[in-house]
Amino acid sequence: MKKFFAQCYIWFLLVLLYAPIVFIGIFSFTESKVLGNWTGFSTKLYSNLFTGNMQGTGSLMSAIENTIIIALIAASVATLLGTVAAIGIHNMRGRGKQAISFLNNIPILNPDIITGVSLFLLFVFLHVSQGYVTVVLAHITLCTPYVVLNVLPRLTQMNPNIYEAALDLGATPFTALKKVLLPMLKPGMISGFILAFTMSLDDFAITFFTRGTVGLDTLSTYIYTDARKGGLTPELRPLITLMFVGVLVLLIVINIRAMRNAKNSQR
Amino acid sequence: MSIMTKRSTWALPYAIFLLLFVALPLIIIILYAFKDSSGGFSLGNFVKFFTDADAIGTFALSLEVAIENTIICILLGYPAAWILANKKLNRSAVTIVLFIMPMWINALMRTLATAELFHVMGVQLGKGTLIVGMVYDYLPFMIYPIYNILNKMDKSYAEAASDLGATPWQVFWKVQVPLSMPGVVSGIMMVFMPTVSTFAISEFLTNNKIKLFGTIIQENINSSMWNYGAALSLVMLIIIGITSLLQDNKKEVNGVV
Repeated sequence: MKKFFAQCYIWFLLVLLYAPIVFIGIFSFTESKVLGNWTGFSTKLYSNLFTGNMQGTGSLMSAIENTIIIALIAASVATLLGTVAAIGIHNMRGRGKQAISFLNNIPILNPDIITGVSLFLLFVFLHVSQGYVTVVLAHITLCTPYVVLNVLPRLTQMNPNIYEAALDLGATPFTALKKVLLPMLKPGMISGFILAFTMSLDDFAITFFTRGTVGLDTLSTYIYTDARKGGLTPELRPLITLMFVGVLVLLIVINIRAMRNAKNSQR
Repeated sequence: MSIMTKRSTWALPYAIFLLLFVALPLIIIILYAFKDSSGGFSLGNFVKFFTDADAIGTFALSLEVAIENTIICILLGYPAAWILANKKLNRSAVTIVLFIMPMWINALMRTLATAELFHVMGVQLGKGTLIVGMVYDYLPFMIYPIYNILNKMDKSYAEAASDLGATPWQVFWKVQVPLSMPGVVSGIMMVFMPTVSTFAISEFLTNNKIKLFGTIIQENINSSMWNYGAALSLVMLIIIGITSLLQDNKKEVNGVV
């Protein structure tokens, strides 16, 4: 009985939480421009989205492109910078280590709007004209701390003797780094990269403040402008639906694999 | 060991990067906040804020909305996290994934979907929809850290308490709730901070009828009132600073991966 009520509560919350998305998903299969107005089943919005053939909304495609490219650049640079930094921080002692760890936490704790405003004022102060480059720099600032925090635990768990042994056996520091250190750090680097990538994809406020006036749009800023204009571009419906389904499938696959691994290691 | 020690210089590029893109921008906010438009030192921006009834009203409303949202998220989220972490009540990993998933989706998209649903249902957009929409957006961020800590909690504490004669109610309030407080605190951080600083989300959910503090910051910055905008940002930074005092310094950030 208790279980029944518990399950009811869980599913009640889930139904409420997912109602808006299911609603968008249903109306992604009709052509009507106005949401909530069913004009018969159609996959036209999906084909429009993929062919980029939209009424006056061609910039949606470039916004999607920008979002992905910026996220890839930011996450890659953040992974490189963050991993090198983590190795350095791991070998630091005392005040310097405290100071750098403190600064590293600031972009994580700060609300996006503060990070955005502060970087905006920095670029104004330095007379840097804002656009693609400043957005990428801002995203690297946002993402790198997460990489550092994902790589550092791998370093503290690592047995330093393995690295020393490689050097004693005649490996150059570079070989030892490539063949010993990096493989051990790889899981942390991968989860750091994924986290950095999603942080960049999701970001709105920081992009909004650092993109300048050159008309650069990512998906978030596109949606923001579009929604303020009134009337949501219909092609956003299939896009939102696809992103939800994509992330859901990905997470379920990851979780099932993780559970299988856990079961296997228990045996 | 010498080579490993030299490796500390590897942190140098990132240290410089942090100084330039994290420390310096915050210093610049402070510089701008204490300057008037002609560039001289002035407290005028703060005087303006504290004497402007509209700005103070918006500030109070933002705090109120953020606090209400956080409380509702705890009230709805704690039982959900407790059920999800309880093996007897929930065995399905899928429900857990379903609760965590919204954290991975663009918040603007989720908010937009919610606002559109309100719109089609004919609900008048206003403070009510603002709170409901924010609870929609942030509930997963409350459930996840609480679930995490309940899931990792050593079951033997609860067993010991009931062996020593505690009723299930007492076990819950005297053992499980206190032990899960760190999860609640990180939940509060993950819900309160973004709600108090949001701007786009509140605009979507109220059709621009209700302005929150983040919106005023954005409007001032975008209309080139940089000094006033910086002063407002500084006020928000202080709020955030006070909130983060809630938390231990040693707390590690909850990785979502």
